[in-house]
Amino acid sequence: MINASLTELRAALDARKISSVELAQLFLQRIERLNPTINAFITVDPAVALASAREADARIARGETGPLTGIPLAHKDLFCTEGMLTSCGSKMLANFISPYDAHVVSQLKAAGAVLLGKTNMDEFAMGSSNENSHFGPVANPWDLKRVPGGSSGGSAAAVAARMVPIATGTDTGGSVRQPAALTGITGIKPTYGVVSRYGMVAYASSLDQGGALAASASDCAMVLSAMAGFDPRDSTSLERPTEDYSRAIEAPAPVDKPLTGLRIGLPAEFFGPGMADDVRASIEAALDTYRALGARTVEVSLPNAQLAIPAYYVIAPAEASSNLSRFDGVRYGHRAAEYGDLDDMYRKSRAEGFGAEVKRRILVGTYVLSHGYYDAYYLQAQKLRRLIADDFQRAFTACDVIAGPTSPTTAWAIGEKSDDPVQMYLSDIYTIAVNLAGLPGLSHPCGFGKGNLPVGLQLIGDYFAEARLLNTAHRFQQVTDWHARRPAIAA
Amino acid sequence: MALTLEQIRRIADLSRLELPEAEAEATRVKLNGIFSLIEQMQAVDTRGVEPMSHPQDVSQRLREDRVSEADRRDDYQRIAPQIEAGLYLVPKVLE
Repeated sequence: MINASLTELRAALDARKISSVELAQLFLQRIERLNPTINAFITVDPAVALASAREADARIARGETGPLTGIPLAHKDLFCTEGMLTSCGSKMLANFISPYDAHVVSQLKAAGAVLLGKTNMDEFAMGSSNENSHFGPVANPWDLKRVPGGSSGGSAAAVAARMVPIATGTDTGGSVRQPAALTGITGIKPTYGVVSRYGMVAYASSLDQGGALAASASDCAMVLSAMAGFDPRDSTSLERPTEDYSRAIEAPAPVDKPLTGLRIGLPAEFFGPGMADDVRASIEAALDTYRALGARTVEVSLPNAQLAIPAYYVIAPAEASSNLSRFDGVRYGHRAAEYGDLDDMYRKSRAEGFGAEVKRRILVGTYVLSHGYYDAYYLQAQKLRRLIADDFQRAFTACDVIAGPTSPTTAWAIGEKSDDPVQMYLSDIYTIAVNLAGLPGLSHPCGFGKGNLPVGLQLIGDYFAEARLLNTAHRFQQVTDWHARRPAIAA
Repeated sequence: MALTLEQIRRIADLSRLELPEAEAEATRVKLNGIFSLIEQMQAVDTRGVEPMSHPQDVSQRLREDRVSEADRRDDYQRIAPQIEAGLYLVPKVLE
């Protein structure tokens, strides 16, 4: 059961081979056993989980079953959950019991999914290794001395170690796709505006997007179907008909070559010298598999791709400095124990509540938005954003999806880059442009590099091409078993 | 471009972040590293390029001007650091 797909879990629940309560207990036991080592969860609430599992069992008994009814789930700890700690991996919110549910949380609750707990993350989603957490780093289940990636590192590690079958994440510059790649699982970040940001604590509002992490594209499709959809409470939520991604990935296709006709664009910029040899070998082998499935690879170009990281490190800190100004020690969150006047209270509460990387990004953002610098930084970055988005549109005239590595390397050692922010930033070189353009992206496992560490392949689609990305990855996963491999600790 | 210690103190002040003197120099070095990455942007000629703030170029929706939220003041104030009689307490601002 621990390694079963969602389709298999659904069938077992519907056939009464296992109850939702038993399934929750099974995964709660794994969390109890593995979390002291992996630290993937900040909060686990067995009482709440079992109560909601009992409710799911009652629904199943009444025949009111949806695809996720009774399936255990974890939320990244920046989705607000009513009555449960929502810490964002920060001391600032280490006492924040949310008074309301995020849209994504209510959607999955309504779908009958059973929340087991909240997962560890880089503080306020700022990081690529999950080392920037007030609650300590997360270990990569494939090698406990290595990082799981970030910022949704807890969600990725929890799924990889089968402490939970599915988890939510958020992706501002790669925070779903990169940890999925580094832990050998599948993760999707949809088109900006497809998943509501209501109740998702804001980092960089024009880039933040919720997504799903699971073992396979097929499992991700089921989760995303429940998460996506218009929400009037998010001003950037898009008014579109909802899609059933699970049905879309099973679209009829020729048996031998189901991807016949698919043009996969390979940007020269994603295959340069920055990519590690072991990652390259796995990516090339995966592209051979795609060609064997009937897809055709074509060369495309994203000439402004190298500007994505500099533009991102203006836009994201600028928006973060504005968003995080709400943490002032007045209405919620940390307040310093000792202070003088009101201004001193703000300064001390914020200095104590935020970690080093969050402070750095607030300072960078404050500088680029300060008087006289707006045009040179924020406006210039938004113009580069346009150039980057235009590059993708040109590429999509010649191809249907774009493929390349998700991360230039496999998982690195805990501590290796934690004192060098710029080196850390460069690890997101292949994922950030997708957020700037607002496109959907998916990472799926495609092999193993040195030290038996997972390699992820990134698929990028045009706007609203989530179904196509999931379908493409699903066809790959039907003929490969990388997504079915498990780390020794998960045995 | 390289930020000076004085500029670091200024942006810390604008950010309402207490910056102990002992941390100022280390902060300056790290921020200058980040800005050397950011400065690569300046080499690009973007004259005539329309800035992009939202990928779909959608406009803000309007809604009817009516009450849509219930009064949940007690719920929201339960998590506040200091309240009294329905008010958030902060240090005295006016003498």
